[in-house]
Amino acid sequence: METLFACCIGFLTACGVFLMLRGRTFPVVLGLTMLSYAVNLFLFSSGRLTLRGAAVLGTSEQYADPLPQALVLTAIVIGFAMTAFLVILAIRARADLGNDHVDGKLPESELSKKESR
Amino acid sequence: MWHLITAPILLPFLTALLIMLPPVHYSPMRRRWLSMISSAIQLVLAVLLLLQVQQQGLMHYAVGNWQAPFGIILVADTLSVVMVCLTSFLALGAICYGSAGEDEKGSFFHPLFQFQLMGINGAFLTGDLFNLFVFFEVLLIASYALLIHAGGKNKTKAAVHYVVLNLTGSAIFLFSLAILYGTLGTLNIADMAIKVAALPEEDLMLVKAGGLMLMIVFALKAAVLPLQFWLPATYASASAPVAALFAVMTKIGVYALLRVYSTIFGENAGPLAGMASSWLLPAGLATIALGAVGALASQDFRKLVANLVLVSVGTLVSLVALQTELSAAAALYYTVHSTLVTAALFLIADLIANQRGKAGDRLVSGRRVSQPILLGFIFMVGALTVAGLPPFSGFVGKLMILQSVVEPVNRVLLWSLILLSSLMVIVALSRAGSTLFWRVSGTEPGGGKAPPLQVFAVIWLLLASPLLAVFAGPLTALSQQAAAQLYDTTTSTNSILGQYPVQEIKP
Repeated sequence: METLFACCIGFLTACGVFLMLRGRTFPVVLGLTMLSYAVNLFLFSSGRLTLRGAAVLGTSEQYADPLPQALVLTAIVIGFAMTAFLVILAIRARADLGNDHVDGKLPESELSKKESR
Repeated sequence: MWHLITAPILLPFLTALLIMLPPVHYSPMRRRWLSMISSAIQLVLAVLLLLQVQQQGLMHYAVGNWQAPFGIILVADTLSVVMVCLTSFLALGAICYGSAGEDEKGSFFHPLFQFQLMGINGAFLTGDLFNLFVFFEVLLIASYALLIHAGGKNKTKAAVHYVVLNLTGSAIFLFSLAILYGTLGTLNIADMAIKVAALPEEDLMLVKAGGLMLMIVFALKAAVLPLQFWLPATYASASAPVAALFAVMTKIGVYALLRVYSTIFGENAGPLAGMASSWLLPAGLATIALGAVGALASQDFRKLVANLVLVSVGTLVSLVALQTELSAAAALYYTVHSTLVTAALFLIADLIANQRGKAGDRLVSGRRVSQPILLGFIFMVGALTVAGLPPFSGFVGKLMILQSVVEPVNRVLLWSLILLSSLMVIVALSRAGSTLFWRVSGTEPGGGKAPPLQVFAVIWLLLASPLLAVFAGPLTALSQQAAAQLYDTTTSTNSILGQYPVQEIKP
């Protein structure tokens, strides 16, 4: 289970980093979302992975660490709010600057392509 | 009086809520007055807290009465309370400046400002790393919204970079917190210090990786060399009162570096002691050089001031990397001085830009300013202070820094870089000043006179500089005391965790 979990986090992080390095705002937003999923899973695993472990005392033989669960909950809420803000900001940037490039202007190569059309 | 420590967090929070309620929200004057009065009260409370901390030594407050290693605690020592005082002093000036008309150019200026104050004060006062993350997010989301206050192409462009970078930083922050929690089993800073000191061999590399990832996050907030590219554009495009408040934001990164690498990974940390120094020192020195070159190359005055922020951050980070008591004391004094003076310079840049018509703050010949004597005088005081010339506080701060470097190699490096960068800053500022005030075309001034409230705000911030120099004796004693308290980790961890002996619980 640990291997599968680790591979999952690694794959999500790799996708997130790749998408974040793209030039348009939409892939960047997606990349940040993927990265925050990876972070949440990783935070969750810091309390060790247990099967059938309740976080409440006196209900099972094995116990899960409740603190990482609380941390993940906080991180999810914050990540969600931040992503919502970023989406709105990206839309505003598209409206203000006339394109969806992260630098606010299209690179030379794409500009010349546009003109030749 | 025991609950006084929560006031710097609760008061801005309640003020922000109150400003958004109907009787206050619909009247701009009421919003302004409430915001100004509240920040004045915050300043008074912060000073009271400082007096109390001086009397009683380190204080901690268990939120919800959940005791130390299990619940979240707030910790007030001299260092953190001085930073809170600095923030309140700065905020009062910035709010006064904003209240002269800047706040009506967008909506929710005052509530967002108060929320940001809440985040900043919380980040200084917390004694728990995850809580530090939460307060970072509070101050960041307020700063995102404040950055695009009043709108405009430049602001949106800078905000996209700023938001994406900081969200990436938050992700790295959470990764490192997870690693540290997974290995140490706690997120309380004092408890972590104890756990790191007794770390088993096999966890060493994991904790080191987590600790260094934390360094990346704080270096991003502080804008240290490879992670500083966002700063000049962001600070130069923000509206003046916001840029003034942002002057303290980089200092939060420096504060977090100082706190984490002197408490958790300090002298008692065994093989991990001082692990960040070898990274931070070259990065800090390079930031000083880059900031000075950037100041010389700047095309407009606000960019120049943003580069001065970089110089001060570089100086502070190299001092943090030295990890001695003397250097921490010098860093604290220099933080207070540099934050206030760069904030004042951002405001002065805006005053000048408003009076020069189309030329704005670009360093080209333009219309005459309408109040040349007043603006020229405050510009000169600000420039002398930031460059570190006597008789102002910059001189005392630089002197303390130069004295605090003891090792010969570091001494050669730091002395030469700091003195050279000061020279470059003087050249850049005198070029900027002579262009702004003397290269005028036409006789008509480009704008009306500055509102008295804005002039008051600038003078309020600048007044700190001669005061810091006049009361240099007691203030250096205070910063030395703060540094001694910071490096005396055994006493502080004992007073936080002492009453509640921590039992070893194996996961």
